[in-house]
Amino acid sequence: MDAQTIIARRVAQELHTGDLVNLGIGIPTLVANYVPPELKVFFQSENGLIGTGPIPEQGLAHPLLTDAGGRPISALPGASTFDSAMSFGLIRGGHVDVTVLGGLQVDAHGRLANWMIPGKMVPGMGGAMDLVSGAKRVIVAMQHAAKGKSKIVAKCTLPLTSTRPVSMVVTDMAVIAFLDGRATLLETAPSVSIAEVMAVTEAELVIPDNVPEMKI
Amino acid sequence: MRAVSVEEAVAMIPPGASIMVGGFMGVGTPERLLDEVVRQRKTDLSVICNDAAVPGKGVGKLFDATLVSRLTATHIGLNPKAQQQMLANQVAVDLIPQGTFVERIRAGGCGLGGVLTPTGVGTLVAEGKRQIEVAGTTFLLETALRAKFALVHAFLADYLGNLTYALTARNFNPIMAMAADTVIVTAEHIVPVGVIAPDHVVTPAPLVDYLITNG
Repeated sequence: MDAQTIIARRVAQELHTGDLVNLGIGIPTLVANYVPPELKVFFQSENGLIGTGPIPEQGLAHPLLTDAGGRPISALPGASTFDSAMSFGLIRGGHVDVTVLGGLQVDAHGRLANWMIPGKMVPGMGGAMDLVSGAKRVIVAMQHAAKGKSKIVAKCTLPLTSTRPVSMVVTDMAVIAFLDGRATLLETAPSVSIAEVMAVTEAELVIPDNVPEMKI
Repeated sequence: MRAVSVEEAVAMIPPGASIMVGGFMGVGTPERLLDEVVRQRKTDLSVICNDAAVPGKGVGKLFDATLVSRLTATHIGLNPKAQQQMLANQVAVDLIPQGTFVERIRAGGCGLGGVLTPTGVGTLVAEGKRQIEVAGTTFLLETALRAKFALVHAFLADYLGNLTYALTARNFNPIMAMAADTVIVTAEHIVPVGVIAPDHVVTPAPLVDYLITNG
């Protein structure tokens, strides 16, 4: 199983029937592929839609029905559309149960940096800052390391997205939560040892007595 | 409301004007108005739009024609030309969180001085802004945003100027239709009064100054 599939499958287990969920671009988008059909989850697209469905079949795309990246999507029966003030009212107002975002760095206290690399990449924060500030649960879905460097760091060197700690980070190696403000190893990926996780994690990790393997 | 040609409407926009443009990645953007802005070469524009779209689409066309001197947006990552013009200091770009962007415009249209938001507290976004504590929570004071012109795209407009929008093409359009001195609208379809039921009107007719005729 490749890294992205491990992450997407594990994050999908965090969703529950009735949840209003916002998925970011990249690995987070893949999460929808692993949500079992009996689980009735509402997906929000922040450009103004609840009830986002799969990419339409060829020839059925509508130019006025798109995701936040401008790509054609479909709307499921029961979908609703609204303006951007409502969309971000939902996000900032705590009505979104779970948001899943990509990350560049997460620090030992769970603070996320994911919107710019000064001097290199300044795309803008889009909806990320509001999502991290306002969603009930914030899950970061990202590779554990980039080019051999840990993305779970002692202190973020990149500009923060929010000072509010995220709830959980799911990587291709581990599930980490921030209990009492400290990075805590909850699970390891299949055939990854605790020692291997610790070796590629810059932030100090709390290791509980029992660290099960992800069931994916 | 007055029905006018696209040429006539764009002729009212002076160079250097501030314009709000509806749309999200070019979806729900009044393309005919932007094509005419490019044709009439309105330079030195101060553009307020969620994003820079992509080259050849939406406000991306304004960057293709180098007509923008200032951009207030939330994301420009998918338009390399906008990024190049920003890095070359040809365009001054103010990047703000999307929820803050829309609330500042909403405030501008609703007679409010601004809004208090928790988004951005403790980040680069907070620099130079007043922080206000309310009931133990820290908020940023984000001031209202208005423009001289709003360029809005609707799905249906009736002969009076009542508007409805379609699917994800609604986005910032109804909010911007409240927050500019002059509101210019294109619509996919223009229909007789009464076709849009009162309960379905999103933007009431008195907000619309000019409707671009179709055909």
